Amino acid sequence: MVGKRKTIGIIIIAIAAGMVGYGIFRDEITDVFNKAIRICLECIGIGWIL
Amino acid sequence: MRRKIIQAVSAIVSNSYIPGFLKGTIYQGKLKSICVPGLNCYSCPGAIGSCPIGSLQAVLGSWKYRFSYYVLGLILLFGGFLGRWICGWICPFGLFQELLYKIPVKKIKLKGNWRKLSWVKYPVLLMFVIILPLFVVNIAGLGSPAFCKYICPAGTLEGALPLMIADPGLLDNAGALFVLKASIAIAVVAVSMVLFRPFCRILCPLGAIYGWMNKVSLYQMEVDTGKCIECGRCTLQCKLDVEIYKNPASAECIRCGECKTVCPTGAISSEIRFRKKEEVHGRIERTN
Repeated sequence: MVGKRKTIGIIIIAIAAGMVGYGIFRDEITDVFNKAIRICLECIGIGWIL
Repeated sequence: MRRKIIQAVSAIVSNSYIPGFLKGTIYQGKLKSICVPGLNCYSCPGAIGSCPIGSLQAVLGSWKYRFSYYVLGLILLFGGFLGRWICGWICPFGLFQELLYKIPVKKIKLKGNWRKLSWVKYPVLLMFVIILPLFVVNIAGLGSPAFCKYICPAGTLEGALPLMIADPGLLDNAGALFVLKASIAIAVVAVSMVLFRPFCRILCPLGAIYGWMNKVSLYQMEVDTGKCIECGRCTLQCKLDVEIYKNPASAECIRCGECKTVCPTGAISSEIRFRKKEEVHGRIERTN
């Protein structure tokens, strides 16, 4: 069971590495960056509207 | 003690942009393109990386993409190697709750049906991190970061609080939303004093993902069935009430390792292993 789980883990890691690479290729990183460098007022709860 | 040092170093490094605290601004360097493994608000003045949950919502809610290969890939990569070790050893918000738990007041444990509260984090992940950012969009087609907006106490405590201290003018814009978020943050702080890491156990969507990954991560807790005498000391020691000798891959286990220190026979171990170790089994089996 442990061996099978680890195999699944290794497969997930390989797929995840591919996903990261593809995400960088299609420039998702710019969206992440643009969101992260501005103070997200709604994220920190500033605002009147629920 | 070693774990506390690593937690502290991780929290300090993750939030090492000191000018942000002084000026009420946030770091805008290239490192912000990278998600940190733990829950750490990217609107915290000191944050030098991005929060994976905030980033996931940002990309899902953007008009350009409806799926985030990059952020989800990073979360799966971190979880695939370490599972909830990340929660136990490097998550800054986990450390914050643990420090609150050190305040000497009467402690409680989740018992009986109350333990089912740990399932709440899964619908929170589904609804607030995925469904609402994807499908509830404004006129510009942008989804709302619902978890950050309505729930996340890390955003209130790590982001709003220091920014408001540095720039009290922000208080003028703190309305109903802030009241809601501040109430949740105050509740989390209060409960953290009596219950070990309540946010991680009940609400954290990142903990939900890493918890599932505990089953398959390369880093595993393992119980030697030949050595274990089922004395139950590990369960008594566990602040998360995990019966590690029955379920070493429990989704609730944050891999703090306290069970290893109290095991009288040294039956519990943990390490990153790429191959199965023959004499160790993931689950204890009765021999009589």
